[in-house]
Amino acid sequence: MLRQMEGSHAVAEAIALCRPEVICAYPITPQTHIVERLSELVQEGEIGNCQYINVESEFAALSVAIGASAAGARAYTATSSQGLLFMTEAVYNASGLGLPIVMTIGNRAIGAPINIWNDHSDSMALRDAGWIQLYAETNQDAVDLHIQAFRLAEQLSVPVMVCEDGFILTHAYERVDMPDLNQVQAYLPPFEPVQILDPADPVTIGAMVGPEAFAEVRYLAHHKHLQAVEVIPQLASEFAKIFGRDSGGLIQQYRSEDAETVIVALGSVVGTIRDVVDEMRDDGVSIGAVKVISFRPFPMLALRAALENAKRVIVVEKAFADGLGGIAVNSVRMALRGLTTPIYTIIAGLGGRAITKASLLRAFGEATRDELDDPHFLDLNWTVIDHELARAKEKRRSGPIAENVLRDLGLVGGKPV
Amino acid sequence: MQKPFAITLDIGTSLANRTGSWRIERPVYVDLLPPCNHTCPAGENIQAWLYRAEEGDYEAAWRTLTEDNPFPAVEGRVCYHPCESACNRGELDEAVNIHAVERFLGDLAIKKGWTIEAGKPTGKKVLVIGAGPSGLSAAYHLRRMGHEVTIHDAGPMAGGMMRFGIPKYRLPRDILDGEIARILDMGVTLELDSPVTDIPGMMKGGGFDAAFVAIGAHLAKRTDIPAREASKIFDAVALLRGMETDEEPPMLGRRVVIYGGGDTALDVARTAKRLGASEALVVYRRTREQMPAHDVELEEALDEGVILHWLRTIKQIDGTTFTVEKMALDENGWPRPTGEFETLEADSLVLALGQEVDTSFLKTIPGVTITDDGVIDVDATMMTGYEGLFAGGDMVPAERTVTVAVGHGKKAARHIDSWLRGERYEKRTRPTVAPQPDPAADDLRGNPRRARRDQRAVRGAALPVLRQLLRVRQLLRGVPRQRRDQAGPRQALRVQLRFLQGLRPVRHRMPVRRHRHGARDVLTGGRRRDLILRDGCCAASSA
Amino acid sequence: MTQRIKFYQTGTLTVGNRLLDAENRSVQSTIDRSNSLTSGHRACQGCGEALGARYVVDTAMREADKKLVAVNATGCLEVFSTPYPESSWQVAWMHSLFGNAPAVATGVAAALRAKGREDIKVLAQGGDGGTVDIGFGCLSGMFERNDDVLYVCYDNEAYMNTGVQRSGQTPPTARTATTPTSGGSKGNVFGQGKNAPQIAMAHDIPYVATATVADLHDLENKVTKAMGLSGARYIHVSVPCPLGWGSQPCDTVRLARLATETGLFPLFEAEHGAVTNATKIRRKVPIEEYLRPQRRFAHLFKPKPDVEALAAIQAIADRNILKYGLLG
Repeated sequence: MLRQMEGSHAVAEAIALCRPEVICAYPITPQTHIVERLSELVQEGEIGNCQYINVESEFAALSVAIGASAAGARAYTATSSQGLLFMTEAVYNASGLGLPIVMTIGNRAIGAPINIWNDHSDSMALRDAGWIQLYAETNQDAVDLHIQAFRLAEQLSVPVMVCEDGFILTHAYERVDMPDLNQVQAYLPPFEPVQILDPADPVTIGAMVGPEAFAEVRYLAHHKHLQAVEVIPQLASEFAKIFGRDSGGLIQQYRSEDAETVIVALGSVVGTIRDVVDEMRDDGVSIGAVKVISFRPFPMLALRAALENAKRVIVVEKAFADGLGGIAVNSVRMALRGLTTPIYTIIAGLGGRAITKASLLRAFGEATRDELDDPHFLDLNWTVIDHELARAKEKRRSGPIAENVLRDLGLVGGKPV
Repeated sequence: MQKPFAITLDIGTSLANRTGSWRIERPVYVDLLPPCNHTCPAGENIQAWLYRAEEGDYEAAWRTLTEDNPFPAVEGRVCYHPCESACNRGELDEAVNIHAVERFLGDLAIKKGWTIEAGKPTGKKVLVIGAGPSGLSAAYHLRRMGHEVTIHDAGPMAGGMMRFGIPKYRLPRDILDGEIARILDMGVTLELDSPVTDIPGMMKGGGFDAAFVAIGAHLAKRTDIPAREASKIFDAVALLRGMETDEEPPMLGRRVVIYGGGDTALDVARTAKRLGASEALVVYRRTREQMPAHDVELEEALDEGVILHWLRTIKQIDGTTFTVEKMALDENGWPRPTGEFETLEADSLVLALGQEVDTSFLKTIPGVTITDDGVIDVDATMMTGYEGLFAGGDMVPAERTVTVAVGHGKKAARHIDSWLRGERYEKRTRPTVAPQPDPAADDLRGNPRRARRDQRAVRGAALPVLRQLLRVRQLLRGVPRQRRDQAGPRQALRVQLRFLQGLRPVRHRMPVRRHRHGARDVLTGGRRRDLILRDGCCAASSA
Repeated sequence: MTQRIKFYQTGTLTVGNRLLDAENRSVQSTIDRSNSLTSGHRACQGCGEALGARYVVDTAMREADKKLVAVNATGCLEVFSTPYPESSWQVAWMHSLFGNAPAVATGVAAALRAKGREDIKVLAQGGDGGTVDIGFGCLSGMFERNDDVLYVCYDNEAYMNTGVQRSGQTPPTARTATTPTSGGSKGNVFGQGKNAPQIAMAHDIPYVATATVADLHDLENKVTKAMGLSGARYIHVSVPCPLGWGSQPCDTVRLARLATETGLFPLFEAEHGAVTNATKIRRKVPIEEYLRPQRRFAHLFKPKPDVEALAAIQAIADRNILKYGLLG
C-alpha cells in the first residue's frame, strides 16, 4: 500500500511486520523515531506478544538482544553514532556467537565535536565487526532491506545492520509502498535458531576458545560472509517475486554499463548522484553510477564486473580515515586489483553537510578531465582551514578548534556574532 | 541442533578429564576368577560356597562345595590350602580362613547325615581301580552323572593314602569313614582285597565301558646304606600303613632317625613322637629351604619337637651308631660331600625317600606308556594310550596331594562321561584371574582394616604360644563342641573362625556379597561413567 | 531408633547431615541433584566460587524443576568451566561479555516471556568485578525494570581471573596486584566502600540476600527463597579465593565463616528494600583472627602490627554489627 510517511515510521512498521519477539530500545538521535513508533505498535498490540525493553544503555540494548536471540527469539534494536560505539563489544559478541540480530543504524557522525547529523563514520567504524551491512538509498529501500535482513540473518545465523542516513532518510517524509503482513509472512518464515538455550536440550554457548581453534572459528565467520555474497542476490530475486519490485541485492547499476566514468557510492547520496549523472549524460558525458547495497560482505566480483570497462572510477563516501583518505575506496581498489583504472575519492557530507548537485557536477567534471585531487574533500572551506592552521602555528594554546571555526564562519551557538 | 563450532559445546564434556567426584559413576560388574578358585587343585567354587555359608545356609554351601569335592571334612583337615595363600584379602588384613569353613561344613554334613543322590542311570559301566582319593572322587562324580561304578582295591580298607599315608592325628578315621560311606551309599560297588592284574580282561569280562586307574604310589624308594649289623630299618610307607593295619605299633625305640625331606618324613617323625620316641631326628641332604615338605607341616613338626638336620647324608650304620657326612651346596645349589663326618646315636631308621608307582600290571597293556619317572603317561583328557582306560592321582605326573588327587578324580570323571557319549569334554572358559591388589595403592593404604593388620603385626609376637596351645586342641578335634552347640550354627561358624584365628573376632563379611551389592546400579544423577567393580577381589573393590 | 539432633549437627556446621529428615537435607546431599557444575572443571584447589556456584545452580535447578537457563559474566567461573572443547555445565548456559550478564539475562527472560515459556527460570551469575564494577549499569537496569532474573554475585573481593587486581569490592588495606604494599604503601585505600547488597536494596527489588560458602544450608535456603519469588532478585555470596587472598585451600570455608563472625560480611535478607532477617553472630571474633591467615593482609602484622589500620577495620566490623544487630 502506497503511503506518505516518515522514514523512521516506515522502518518501524516494516520491523513490526517482521514480527520481532524482543525489541530493545535506547534513545539516540536520529534513530529515536523508529523505536518510539515501535513502542506504540507494541503497546497497541500490533506485534503480538513482542517484548519491548527500555534499557539503560546501548551496550545493554544489544546485550538484551543477544540474550533474547540466544533464547530463540527474533530480536531487534536500533542505534546511531556514539550508541553504536558504546555497544561495540557486544556488536562483536553477537557476530562471534552467530546470533541473527537485526539492527538499524541511523547513520550519524561521531564526536567530538558532538554532531547529530548524518555521515557514515559510525557504521564504517564497525564495518569489520562480523556483521553484514546493507545501505539504504531511499526509505523504500530501508523498508525492503529490513525485511530481507531478517531472512538473511536467520538463514545464515549472522547479525545484520541496515544502515540508513540519519535525518536524510529517517526524518524524511516520502512515498513508501508498505507491504502487507501476508507478503512478509510468505517471505520470512518463523525463526528457527541453529542454537538455543533450551533446558530440555541444554548446551553451553560462549565457550572460551584458545589458539587451537580460534582461527577456525574466525574463518567460519568469514565463510558465512562468502555465503552471504551468494545468498543476497537470491533473496533479492525471491523478494521481487513476492513484493513485485527490485530491491536489495549486492549492487545496483545506473547508466553505468557503457560509462567511461563510473561513480560508486553508498546510501542516500546515490539519489543525488543519479540526478547528476542524468544531467551530465544530457551534456554528453559518458558517466554512470553504481550503488553498493551490501558493503559487508563486499561484492568483489559483481563490482569488478560493473567497473572493469570504466576509464575512471569515482568513489563518493561519507567517512574517511585520518591521514589516509576514503574507507570504501579501499574495498573498491581491492575489487579492481590488477587493473590500472584511476580511482578518485570524494569525501562528502561529513557531519550532515549538504551534498549539492552543483558541487558534485563540479567535482565529477574535474574528475572526468582527470583534474581532481585525491582524496577530494567536497566543499571544504579552505579559508577557515588555512586560518586555523596559521593560528595554531602562531600560538600553542590557540583555543578550541570547533569554536574557532564557528567564529571564523561568523557563527557561535548558531547565532551570528 | 547443529551447533556452531567451538563457541558452543555439549554439556558435561569436562567429565572427560576424569577429575572430581566419583559419586557420579556407574558401577559395571566384571566377572573375574577369584584367586582362591583359581588355585584350588580340586577346582572348588570357593567364592560361591563361602557366599552361601556367610548367608547362613550351610547345607546350600555344602552342596555347592560337593559339586566339586566329595571330601570337605577330609580336605578341611589335610589340604595345604593354596587358596588361602592366594587370597587377595591378605593384602588388606588377612586371608579368608577358607580351610576352616570347609572343615566346618564337612563335619556338619556328617553330623546331619546329608546325602547326595546319584544321577539318572545312563546304562554305562565304569571300572575304577584304586579306592584312594582319586578313585573315590572319580566314582563319586561318575555316579552323579548316572554311570554304574565298581571299585576294585588291593587293600583291606578304602581310602588309599588318606588312610595309609596320613596319620590319624591329622585325619580322624571316623571323619574319613563318614565321607567314604556317603560315596558308597550313592550305589558304588566296592571290592576290597581284590587287586586287578588284567585290566583289558576285566573290562571285557565285566562289561565295563571304561576304566579309571588310580592305584597311587605305594612303593617306597630305597637307598643303599651299608649296615654292619642288623639295624632296625623301616620304610615310611610300610610304617604308616602298619599304623592302620597292624595290631601293634612298630617298635621304633627311644631315638628315631628319619631320612628324607618330604611331608611323609615329617608325618613319620611326628608319628614317632606320638609312639613315645623322645627324639625324632629328620636327616635331609639339602637345606631347609629346599625341603619338598610344605612349610606348615614343617612348622608344626618343629613345634612338636622334631629335630631337623639338614645338609647331611647317612653314610653308614653300625648298630645304633649312624655316621653322617656333612654336605655343602655347590654353585648350582646341589649338595656335594665335604668329607667331614659326624656320628649320631639312634635306635632305628625310617627311610622316607619318596614313593613309586607299581606299574608292573600296566606294562603289558597295549598303548600304555610309562615315563622315565615311572609314572603313567596320559593325554589332556587323562586317557592313557589304551582306548577307554583313564588314569589319575599319584600315578600320573602331578603334585602328590590329596586335593590334587581328588581334582584328578573329577577331571577324569568328566572326560570319561564325555568319552562315553562319544564327545569331548570342553572345559568352560574361565574368566580372567582377579589381579592382586597393589599393596601401595591408596585404597589399601587408607583402609582402616589394613591399619589394624599392621597393629596386629606388632601384637603378633605373643600369638604363636597361644596358637600352639590351640593347635593341640585343634588336632584333637577341632572346635569345642559345647561352644559350637551353645551358639547355634551361624554363631558356631564365627566361633570356629575366631578360634582358629587366635581368639580374634572375625569381622569378614563375605566379600562376595559385598561385590554383588556393589555391582548394583545404585547411583544416579549427572552423567554416568563406568566404575569397574571386579568380582573375585576380596580386598579392594577398585583394584 | 530416633536420635535427638543437637544444634551443632544441623544448619551451619554440617553439609551432608544424614541425621536430618530427608526434606531438610541439602540439595547437594541428594542423589538426584542436577550436578549442574560437574567434574573436570579447572578451578583452583579450595575455590570458593566453584563451591558456591555448585550449590547455587543445583538448588536453582531443583526449584525450577530443571527448567533453568543460566547466564554467566566473564570471569573465573566462566573461564574454568568452559575452555573449548570441554564444558563443565549441565544446564543451558551462556556467556556473552564481562559487563552485560544482567542484560543478557533480561534478554533471555524477555524471549521466554514472548514465547510464553515463563515456566523456565533465568539465573545470572558473575564475580564481583563483573557485577559490581563493569556490569553495575546493566545490573541496576535489570533491578530497576524488575526483570524476572535471579542474579548471584560471587564476591571474592578482586579481579582474580586477570591476576588479582583491585575491584570495587576489595577491602581496605588488602594487597592486590594493583594495590601493592611495596614502598611502605598500605595496600588498598580506605574508601567509602561500595555496598552492593544495599545498593540492590535501594532498587526496592523483591529480594536481596547475602550468603557465604561457610553456611551452605543458608545459601541453599536463600536461593530456594529467591527462586520462589519473581522479579529481580539478588544474592551476594562471599567466596574466599585461596590464590587472591593468599590463604590455604583448606581454609576457604573457615575464612568465609570468620568473615561473618567478625562482622565484616554480615548475613542478611531484605525484601522490597527492608532488611527482614539478619543472622546473629554466635561468637564474635576479633578481625585479626580473620585477617591473619590471609597473606593479602600480612603487612598489617609484620614487621609490627599496624594498630591504626587494624582499629579502622575493626570499626567497620563493629559498625556492621551495630547496623544489622548481629549480636544478642
